[in-house]
Amino acid sequence: MTLSIDIRHRLGSFEVDAKFATGGGLVALFGRSGSGKTSIVNIIAGLIRPDHGRVTNDDVVLLDTARGIFVPRHRRRIGYVFQEGRLFPHLTVRQNLLYGRFFAPQQERREELDRVVDLLGIGGLLDRRPGRLSGGEKQRVAIGRALLAGPRLLLMDEPLASLDEALKGEILPYIERLRDQSRVPIVYVSHSLAEVARLASTVVLVAGGKVAAQGSTAEVLHRLDLFALTDRTEAGAIIEAIVERHDAAFGLTELRSRAGLWRLPRLDSPIGTRLRLRVRARDVMLAKSPPADLSALNIVPGVVADMDCGTIGPIVEIKLDCNGDVLIARLTRFSVERLGLVPGQQIHALVKSVALDRRDLSGPIQATAGADAEANAG
Amino acid sequence: MDWMNLDWMTLSPEEWTAVRLSLKVATVATLISLPLGIGIALALARGRFWGQSLLNGIVLLPLILPPVVTGYILLILFGRHGPIGGFLARHLGIVFSFRWTGAALACGVMGFPLLVRAIRLSIEAVDARLEEAAGTLGANRAWVFATVTLPLIVPGVLTGMILCFAKAMGEFGATITFVSNIPGETQTLPSAIYTFTQVPGGDAGALRLTLVSIAISMLALFASELMARSANRRLDIE
Repeated sequence: MTLSIDIRHRLGSFEVDAKFATGGGLVALFGRSGSGKTSIVNIIAGLIRPDHGRVTNDDVVLLDTARGIFVPRHRRRIGYVFQEGRLFPHLTVRQNLLYGRFFAPQQERREELDRVVDLLGIGGLLDRRPGRLSGGEKQRVAIGRALLAGPRLLLMDEPLASLDEALKGEILPYIERLRDQSRVPIVYVSHSLAEVARLASTVVLVAGGKVAAQGSTAEVLHRLDLFALTDRTEAGAIIEAIVERHDAAFGLTELRSRAGLWRLPRLDSPIGTRLRLRVRARDVMLAKSPPADLSALNIVPGVVADMDCGTIGPIVEIKLDCNGDVLIARLTRFSVERLGLVPGQQIHALVKSVALDRRDLSGPIQATAGADAEANAG
Repeated sequence: MDWMNLDWMTLSPEEWTAVRLSLKVATVATLISLPLGIGIALALARGRFWGQSLLNGIVLLPLILPPVVTGYILLILFGRHGPIGGFLARHLGIVFSFRWTGAALACGVMGFPLLVRAIRLSIEAVDARLEEAAGTLGANRAWVFATVTLPLIVPGVLTGMILCFAKAMGEFGATITFVSNIPGETQTLPSAIYTFTQVPGGDAGALRLTLVSIAISMLALFASELMARSANRRLDIE
């Protein structure tokens, strides 16, 4: 299952010139607002006809300007979840959900209404009209509607951008379930580092209409030189960890990763669950010797692997290698010089347990339906 | 005038004929204009083609021209020896001059701008992004129109139809110029009222038909109001 894109398109003074190919899973098209992400997915969906280029999905040519091929949007079999839902106001939720299914060829109707309704938790809404739904409910129905059309590829354009934090937390687990349980590959457009870190298996970083980097989520998000293109204040490291123990007395949960032991406020995930932990660079402190008499519960040893010394600003990002796990620390240049940090140096990283927010946790990586919902409760 | 001795309720057979003819002419004019009106409204609202403003101008022209001028143009074009009328008479057997069909044509042409304008405004109010979404779900243009655009413009279509019908019921100048004032064939309500006012003792008939006119107009207005309200309720627009 591969999507391959090589397009050039001019929109006024802005030019999109993007080339990339993806495998299955959830691919994040990541970049700042106005970087050209939405134009790229609109070209994939056939909503925009680009000046030059070629788009193929699963060996089906959808666009080839050189050969004059342009498959119209209704024959592309590409599902699209829009930022604003775009549910049909004159139809009930059930009719909205079944709309695309009606047009899908018999053999493409892979998804059953019951299964999708169950996956997205929208059973109670079926007879209502979109005008009476909350923002989060609308988005879940929009996802179900796209899914039931039997798409070969699902595009999601900032599906959470118009929702507040609480609603985002409500929908993210459903998107994780979709990623893990449905065989449809997903292209997920987002400018939110937290969403990308949590959901994506692959990241395509878009800046100024061009692809700035592409690779596995950790690979791209751990590159110090790319921080300027994303969201410096939210930048951080992604660590895969397993739930090892629950401490009932203090209400803590212990996770084990290659770097060591992580303690954080109690999670509901069962022991053995694999989680993706995001440690923001601004929450990491460094110490040259193992500190004692300290409140921070998470102290892991590591080696300075890379430093972003190119800038002369007040902030320096430092990448650490902690026994194979990457950690990133964001310090002032003053601190870095006072500690005399240099690449190769042995160091200890400190992270407050309460800084490890449950919202920064991804659900189980090999998910089972029940555990998944629990892991993200609250 | 002796108001007390007027017979308010009973219409003479001739008056009935005029009422029936008017209803028939207005209904046929509205129904035949409707598909064409929706098509042109769609082209004007969503299309982008050469000559779009010209088309818009032609559609709106009967609204601005004196009705007598419109009637005379119809007479030239659709008369038995006119370029279009002659062709239709020879090849399809459709004759307009001095027939009720001509009255329907005149009324339709006069009501058309109102029909198109109402439908066009409601199409422009439909969120084109919904049509885009329907496209990504597998619907081709015709299906998008039938399942998304059309249901959403129903209130506008109803308004346009009522306006067109009302205009057709009241049309006088173009009709009388094009197809004259023949009782039983082209004498519609307004023509009949006009005729009554021109003969001595015709007041009673003119008044009766005026009342009928008012009643029909009010009914049409109420009906459109009711239909538009139920259509809006379905869309949850309160």
